[in-house]
Amino acid sequence: MSREVALTIDDRQVKAAEGERLLWAALDNGIYIPHLCDLREAERTVASCRLCFVEVEGLRGPVTSCTLAVSEGMVVKTRSPGVDRLVRTGFELLLSNHRLHCAKCAKNKHCELQKIARERGLKLKLTRLRSLLQDVPIDESPRHFNYDAGKCVLCGRCIWADQEQVRVGAIGFIRRGIARKMATFEDGCLADSICTQCEACVKVCPVGALYLKADELRLYEPKKKC
Amino acid sequence: MSGTEAVEQAYRLLQSEAKQKVEAGREKPVILLGTATCGRAAGALAVLAAFQEEIDKHHLDVVLTETGCMGHCYAEPLAVILKPGYPPLVYGSLDEGKARRLVNDYLVSDDPCYEFAMAALEPNDVFPTFADYPRGIYEHKIILADCGLIDPGEIGHYLARDGYSGLAKVLTTEPDLVIAEIKESKLRGRGGAGFPTGVKWETCKNVPGIPKYAICNADEGDPGAFMDRALLESNPHQVLEGLTIAAYAVGAEQAYIYVRAEYPLAIKRLRTALEQSQGWGLLGRDILGSGFNLEIKLFQGSGAFVCGEETALIASIHGRAGLPNHRPPFPATSGLHGRPTLINNVKTLSYVPHIIRNGASWFRSIGTPNSPGTAVFALAGKVVSTGLAEVPMGTTLRNLVYDVGNGIKNERKFKAVQIGGPSGGCLPESSLDLPIDFDSLQQAGAMMGSGGMVVLDEDDCMVEIARFFVDFTQKESCGKCTFCRLGTKQMLDILAEITRGQGKDEDIDLLQELAEDIKLGSLCGLGKTAPNPVLTTIRYFRPEYEAHIREGRCPALMCKDLISYRIIPEMCSKLCNVCIGSCPVEAIYTRPDMLKGIDPDKCVKCNSCVSACPPQYKAVVKLSPPVVEEVVAEAVEEGMSEVEQGSGADH
Repeated sequence: MSREVALTIDDRQVKAAEGERLLWAALDNGIYIPHLCDLREAERTVASCRLCFVEVEGLRGPVTSCTLAVSEGMVVKTRSPGVDRLVRTGFELLLSNHRLHCAKCAKNKHCELQKIARERGLKLKLTRLRSLLQDVPIDESPRHFNYDAGKCVLCGRCIWADQEQVRVGAIGFIRRGIARKMATFEDGCLADSICTQCEACVKVCPVGALYLKADELRLYEPKKKC
Repeated sequence: MSGTEAVEQAYRLLQSEAKQKVEAGREKPVILLGTATCGRAAGALAVLAAFQEEIDKHHLDVVLTETGCMGHCYAEPLAVILKPGYPPLVYGSLDEGKARRLVNDYLVSDDPCYEFAMAALEPNDVFPTFADYPRGIYEHKIILADCGLIDPGEIGHYLARDGYSGLAKVLTTEPDLVIAEIKESKLRGRGGAGFPTGVKWETCKNVPGIPKYAICNADEGDPGAFMDRALLESNPHQVLEGLTIAAYAVGAEQAYIYVRAEYPLAIKRLRTALEQSQGWGLLGRDILGSGFNLEIKLFQGSGAFVCGEETALIASIHGRAGLPNHRPPFPATSGLHGRPTLINNVKTLSYVPHIIRNGASWFRSIGTPNSPGTAVFALAGKVVSTGLAEVPMGTTLRNLVYDVGNGIKNERKFKAVQIGGPSGGCLPESSLDLPIDFDSLQQAGAMMGSGGMVVLDEDDCMVEIARFFVDFTQKESCGKCTFCRLGTKQMLDILAEITRGQGKDEDIDLLQELAEDIKLGSLCGLGKTAPNPVLTTIRYFRPEYEAHIREGRCPALMCKDLISYRIIPEMCSKLCNVCIGSCPVEAIYTRPDMLKGIDPDKCVKCNSCVSACPPQYKAVVKLSPPVVEEVVAEAVEEGMSEVEQGSGADH
C-alpha cells in the first residue's frame, strides 16, 4: 500500500496516494479539471493538450496538473482569472481547428469538448479566433468505425491505446506544426494498414474523431412517433 | 611520482612537442587563409587555389594554412600573412587577383601591399592594429581569440597556445572543486536562457548512479546566428576541451556532440579534431594517464529547429521524432536513456577551459555582476560590418551597432535591432543605451537567445518582421502542444492580414492576448518564446500596426499590398530607358510624351525600377497607401499632397 497524502483543492481537504498525479487526485475526489491528453494508465504524461491548468500555492503562475505529483499539504485552486484565461484560449484554439457540428456528431453529449464548455461556461463556437480548419476527408475504411481528422484534437490517446495497450502499432503522429496528424504509416487508410480494427482507439477518443458507425447511424434514425 | 605530477608531466611533454612543431614553421612566411563557411561563401577556396598556384609557380617555401573565421565576415575572404621582419598583416576582401599580387609583391618582393591591408595584429610603427579602430576598443575576445589564427585541423596549434592545459589542471582536481570553480565564476548558459552553468553541473553530478552523459548542443538554428558554426569550424579543440572538463566534473564517460547536418564543414573539422585528440591521448581511455575515460560521439541532427530544445534533442538521439517533453524531470536528473545528462551549448563549453586556466575571479572581472564574461553576437542585417563580435556583457547596443558594427548601411536611419532570433524581440532606438546582458534584455522583452542580432533600418516594416519570425516558429513548431501548434498559426494569420491591409482595430489586442497566453501555456521553450517578436513590436511600434490597419499604409513602404510605384514626371529624364529594361514583367511603358509610366495591373512590385533609376533622376517612388493610376495615353498631373515619397528616392 502506498502512503496517502492530504492536500487542499478548492478549499476542500482531500486525500490521495503519494506520487499520484494532481489531475487524477482531483478527478477522483469529484473536482473537475479540463483535460484531454492524459490517461491514468499511461506511464508518462504527454502534457500536450494544455488545458488542465491549476494554481498551486508556492508555484509561479498556472501549472499543468497532469505533470504535478501530489504532495503533503499542497494547496491547489482549480479556478483563478489566470487559469480561466489560459483554459479559454486553449479551448478556443482547439475549436479553431475542429469541425464543429455537434448536432450531427456521433459523440454528441459524450464529447469531452462539450463537457469542458459546460463545466467552464465556454461557448462551442468560434468568436475571437479565425477558423484554421482544412477540408480533410473522413476515413470510412474500417468496418465498424470512422476516423474524422477534422475533429481530432491531437491528444494522442488513440496512439497510446494502439501502441501501449493493444501493442499493434498501426497509428502514430506524422508531420509537424499545423500539419501534424494521427495517421497510419504513409498516411493510407486504416483498413489498408496493419490495424486489427480492435476499436481500442475508438474507446479512448475524447471527441468525435474516432467513432462507431452505429452511433452515427442512430443520429439519422427517423424519430419514433408515439 | 604522484598521479598529479604524472598528468602534469604528460601534458608538458605533449605541449613541448606541439610547440616544437609550430616553432619549426616560424622561420618561413605563413599565409593563414580563412576558409570557414563564411569565407567559402565569399570565394575563399578560389583564393586558396590562386595562392597555391602562385606559390608553386615561384617555388616559394611558404606555409599556406586554412584557418577559421576571425569574425570579420563582411571582409571575407580574409588572410593573415606572417613574414619574418614584417608585422603580421590582415588582408580583407581578397580575390584571386589580389592573392596573386600578394604573393608576387609581398612574398617574392618586399612590398606588403598596404593598400589591401585591413589591420596589423601586433602594434608596430607602420600600420594600425584592430585595437586602433572602434571595433577593437569595444571587443574583448575570449572564445573567439584564437579563431582564424590557428589551424583547426592541427591540434598542435591549439596545444601550443596552452590548449588542453585547463583539462590537465582539472584531471588532478576533485570534480567538486571544478564545479565550485564554475559556480564561483557565475558562468551562465550561452544557449539562450542564461541558466547558471555551475548549478546545472552540480545537479547532474549529485544524482547518484552511472552511467551519466554529457552533450554539447550544437544544433544552432536561429535565423541570423552563426557563432556556434564559427567556433566549431575555427577552434574545435576548445569545444572538445570544455566538453571533456564538463564530463569529468559530472562523472560522465560518454559524451555526444549534437551538431546539425547542415554544417558539413563543422562536422568535418570536428571529426579531424576528435581523431587527433584521441591520437594524442587527450580523449579515450586513461586521458593523460589520469584514469579518466571519455568517448565523444558525433550525432548529426536532421535540421529541426526544435531539436535545439534539450528534451527534443534527447528524443532525437534516442531515434524518435524530435519532440520536447515536459520538464521536470530535467535532463540533469533524467535525460539520455533516462540517465542524468548534462547539456551545454557550444559557447558555454568554450568558456570553460578559459575559466579553469585563468580562474573564476578573472572571469567575473569581465562583464556585469550578474552576467559575467563576454557575449558573442552575430551582427547581421543593415549594419556595415557584419560578422561575429565578442564584447563584454553590459556593452550598450549603441556601441555594438555604431562602433563595432560601424553604423547603418547607406546612411539610412536606425529603426530597431532584432536580438535573439525568433525567441527574441525587437528593441527600438530608445533602447540603444541599454547595457546588454541576460537580465536587461529580458526586462526589455527580448532575450539573449543565441546572440543573433539583426539590425533594421527605416525601410524595414516591423509588422512584416514580426510576421517573418512567427512564420518561422510556426513552420518549426513540432505541433505537439495546443498553444504552439494552433496559437502561432493564429498569430501568423492575423499578422498576414495586417500586412495585406485587411487588419481590424481589435486585432492588435487579440494578438497581444494570444501572445501572452502562448507564452504562458506552451509546453517548451520554442512556444514560450515564439510570441516575443510580436509582443515587442506591439510594445515599441504600435503606431506602425495602427497605420496598417487604419490607413492601409505601410510606413516603411515594405508591405507589397500596401504600396504602389509611380514615376514622377518632373524627375523622369524621358531619354533614359533603364527602368523599362529593368522591369521583368514589362509593366513600364513609354507614354506619348516620352515620359515613363507604370501599368499597375502588370506591376509585381519587385522594386527593380527603383534600384535601376539612375541616382541623378530618382524618379521612381513608392507610395503608401497605394494610389491606383490609370494607364495614360496623355500625361495627367496629380497633386503631390497625398503622395509620400518612398525610400531610395528621397536622398
